[in-house]
Amino acid sequence: MKLVKDLSALYEAIAAVQELYLPVENKGRVDFKLYEAGANVDIKTLKTVRSAKDFFFTQTETLMGFKVEGKNIEVEDLRPEVRPFVAFGVRGCDARSFEVLDKVFLVDPVDTVYEARRKAGTVVTLACGRPEETCFCTNFGITPEAPAGDVTTWLTEEGLYWQANTDKGEALTAAIAAVFTEGDGKAVEEQKKAISDIIAKLPLANLDMTHLEGVKEETFWGHPVWKDISETCLACGTCTYVCPTCQCYDVRDFDCGNGIERFRCWDSCMYSDFTRMAHGNNRNTQDQRCRQRYLHKLVYFPRRNEGMFGCVGCGRCVAKCPSKLNIVKVIKALGGK
Amino acid sequence: MQEMIKSKLAELLSTGAVTKVIGWKRGENFYDVSPAAFESVESLADFVYDDFCGANLSKFLVKEPGKESKVAVVLKPCDTFSLNQLIKENRVNRENIFVLGVPCEGKLSEEKMRVMGIVGLTGCKVEGDKVTVETLYGTETLDKNDVLLTKCATCHSKKHVIFDELIGETGEDSDVDRFVGVAELEAMSEDERYEFWRNELSRCIRCNACRNACPACTCEKCVFDNDASGVAAKSNANSFEENMFHIIRAYHVAGRCTDCGECSRVCPQHIPLHLLNRKFIKDINTFYGDFQAGADAESEHPLVHFTENDPEPSIVKEGK
Repeated sequence: MKLVKDLSALYEAIAAVQELYLPVENKGRVDFKLYEAGANVDIKTLKTVRSAKDFFFTQTETLMGFKVEGKNIEVEDLRPEVRPFVAFGVRGCDARSFEVLDKVFLVDPVDTVYEARRKAGTVVTLACGRPEETCFCTNFGITPEAPAGDVTTWLTEEGLYWQANTDKGEALTAAIAAVFTEGDGKAVEEQKKAISDIIAKLPLANLDMTHLEGVKEETFWGHPVWKDISETCLACGTCTYVCPTCQCYDVRDFDCGNGIERFRCWDSCMYSDFTRMAHGNNRNTQDQRCRQRYLHKLVYFPRRNEGMFGCVGCGRCVAKCPSKLNIVKVIKALGGK
Repeated sequence: MQEMIKSKLAELLSTGAVTKVIGWKRGENFYDVSPAAFESVESLADFVYDDFCGANLSKFLVKEPGKESKVAVVLKPCDTFSLNQLIKENRVNRENIFVLGVPCEGKLSEEKMRVMGIVGLTGCKVEGDKVTVETLYGTETLDKNDVLLTKCATCHSKKHVIFDELIGETGEDSDVDRFVGVAELEAMSEDERYEFWRNELSRCIRCNACRNACPACTCEKCVFDNDASGVAAKSNANSFEENMFHIIRAYHVAGRCTDCGECSRVCPQHIPLHLLNRKFIKDINTFYGDFQAGADAESEHPLVHFTENDPEPSIVKEGK
């Protein structure tokens, strides 16, 4: 099995052939950043604050421009140039989130900006050496001990074990062939076993989700949980902005003086003007907005996508909500617990 | 302590003195404590008051319609300053609020544990100034000071400035120097300071948690949500917008910020936003004499109250 003993050499080798993004620590917080020599790479911290969705669906991006000169309006294609890149150190939950996002952006009409990034990106996942109490990805069939991706890696005492899974993964492996040695792979099997043992102890690893199967869109509309959580929901966008699957966006115009740049940016269903239309807003209270957020992930999305939930159990909302409200509590409450 | 609080709240609900209680509710694990509304004595079974009740519940009173029903709220000393300020600004109706003051020895932050590399948190025990944390990967004993919420590490007062009833006893203003962090920034060169803030604010994801948790931010329509304002934004398009949002907010709450520290507590990126507010507090103290927003519900703050002796800060600077 392929093994890398010198991680710096690996980063340098990848960066020499493609743009490399990986988890970098800054004041105790870890987020994906473009690799540069001397970067404080941190692949031991389990979760980046922001999810990996930024790779394909960035928080803001310019789509097109309109230049005005006299009575003429010139339309400009301002879509960003996308170069091949490697997303290194992605966890299994985030890797699954790409599949969720694909269901939105790669169906007709295909989102060309998203598609370009998806084609350009090679995803190198990293097994979750130390799952945390906020993790519940296993409820969605995700395997943190062997996450899906173009390449799967395991960080062990010996070094980083490397397994290419797709053509893209093979191509990257071939391009940096000099960094690999061979290992016996025993450490990988040991780590998989250790991860499974920890998962068995995770408090949120085995949620009862049977009550969500095959329900109608309106089944939970009148449920008391919406009022309960909206009482102390601050209506901030933390849950939506750290969420790897939240995919709603707004399209806005930026006035440049002699023209307009039309851009899109993440939106949050927690915000009062979310999906506001000319006639007004169809959700006016926070309990309605909370209902939208959770049912979108737990009912509406699965109904349209062969039962695939719009949640991957990364646990970022569990860790980050200022009021400690989160989807696990909602899942339990909807099940009568 | 928790049981004494609970029994008082049960009494208030059962006698009809209040129809609702704003308190904290136990969730999935030791640090999972949510602000919550309780409307029946039975529902109080989940009520909790412990080392993780860091949230300032004053903010949740703003939403209360107020006129038709009376609400009880459980407030720690620092939270009472926020309530006073809200009363001063007519954002809550004092007559409809029953304040149950509860003592506080500083609240803990599980996020600080995570940043220290202590993960897989499953249990926690506080004994004196030591905290023993159980995790999926073993047991760790920590100094309580190292895992206090940032706002608690520089607590400015353990005195309840407004209450209807106290459980336990109220404390005194603290003599901790809370301006150490500000002084460090002031000692930097302008370039260093700019770099410091750029690094911090570049992590902002514009989730608005700081604004929405802030008891001083109670505008019905924030300028940043108002399309007609010309500065409405759902995300930071560039570094200018990253800076502007936080600087405008700090200016807007200057003189009104009680230093409750919620902005820094709720920031998912742990940007030390309280340092912006504390700079204003320090400057106000320097120029106009010591002033604590929320110390009472009546006095006008120096930035909206002119006296002939007021200094002109810009002139003071030029004179130096």
